[in-house]
Amino acid sequence: MAGEVKTKLSKNLLRMKFMQRGLDSQTKKQLEEEEKKIISEEHWYLDLPDLKEKESFIIEERSFMPCEDLLYGRMSFKGFNPEIEKLMIQMNSRCKEEEIEVDDKMEADVSDEEMARRYETLVGTIGKKFLRKRDQRVLQDEDEDGNSNTRPSKKAKKKFLKPQD
Amino acid sequence: MAAGRGEAAEACVGRVVLPGDVLLLPARPDEDGERLRLGAGAAPRGRLLCGPGLRRCVAGLLVTKCGLLRHRQAGGGGAAGGAYWVDSQQKRYVPVKGDHVIGIVTAKAGDVFKLDVGGSEQASLSYLAFEGATKRNRPNVQVGDLIYGQFLVANKDMEPEMVCIDSSGRSSGMGIIGQDGFLFKVSLGLIRKLLAPKCEIIQELSQLYPFELVLGMNGRIWVKAKTVQQTLIIVNILEACEYMTAEQRKQALAKLSGH
Repeated sequence: MAGEVKTKLSKNLLRMKFMQRGLDSQTKKQLEEEEKKIISEEHWYLDLPDLKEKESFIIEERSFMPCEDLLYGRMSFKGFNPEIEKLMIQMNSRCKEEEIEVDDKMEADVSDEEMARRYETLVGTIGKKFLRKRDQRVLQDEDEDGNSNTRPSKKAKKKFLKPQD
Repeated sequence: MAAGRGEAAEACVGRVVLPGDVLLLPARPDEDGERLRLGAGAAPRGRLLCGPGLRRCVAGLLVTKCGLLRHRQAGGGGAAGGAYWVDSQQKRYVPVKGDHVIGIVTAKAGDVFKLDVGGSEQASLSYLAFEGATKRNRPNVQVGDLIYGQFLVANKDMEPEMVCIDSSGRSSGMGIIGQDGFLFKVSLGLIRKLLAPKCEIIQELSQLYPFELVLGMNGRIWVKAKTVQQTLIIVNILEACEYMTAEQRKQALAKLSGH
């Protein structure tokens, strides 16, 4: 019900900070630019065209790391510090492969197919535990009947038996 | 300015350049306006990396340090458009953002440690910049400890700041360097030589004994081996190898492995 009618929000409300958090950076920038362009008569401005920054193709870098492809600084040899040796392999392969993320799939103890099979049965068995009593009874009936859907699933509800005189 | 008009950058590769030299870059066909011009040989060139010792200027690149000009071809790597830099030698380290260095803790000031990194100012390191550190769970850092970390902020206007975690919050080998071992200082050029991808010195040393090595870009090296004697041997070799030729080094190592 509430979702049907969209209340119209005023422009001022939309311009408030908390309403703009959800917007992505591009729309934010556009809104900011529009705001700047709304020039009231009191403000003086220069009537010049926008100058575009020249895209330079030269990046200045003060570090030697990207130039010479230096290795990682911590090293260990002949098993002196096994953790560092593992780290060496990891860090240096990362440099060489240009940070291509290698998906180290951990060797699965259980294969995917077996997992799927187990999961099928597992969901059913554990799921039963959390059913309410009434549903449990219904389930019990279904199990007893097997796959026969012809019989009405509802068992005759136990009615109040009038005590016979 | 007595310097000439400037030479082409490619011609100077491998030669000595002096501060004030202007290196001209080949004119780029697509500088003003038209970008992607489809056709033969029109792949837009990647950005050129202007490394240490060089600065951008109107005509091309301006040299600010004396040394040998080096060039790396375009293709792969971080600099898609190739890189130029000046290979210079110095002993004094200037903090650079992203460099991994070894610092010595000199003071604990509240929540921040002051580290000596060999630069003009001491670097600061917050106690939260360690892996798994929280306000309750503080790292156990004492004055005099060695720390391997990287610079987060390093420019000439501000005090350098260091951290011991990377951008994803993992320590990846940074942090307090353990007990024992030996710290000594070498020139910055040697560190770069040792950290080069296929360094013969390191490969030859690794055949000798098991040991652990930490190289800081600020010229500091920390070595730890099983016995004090082995540690000192490695230290002496590393200090001397800067001025030894390859044969002298091999002879020295052969003598040692003979023992």
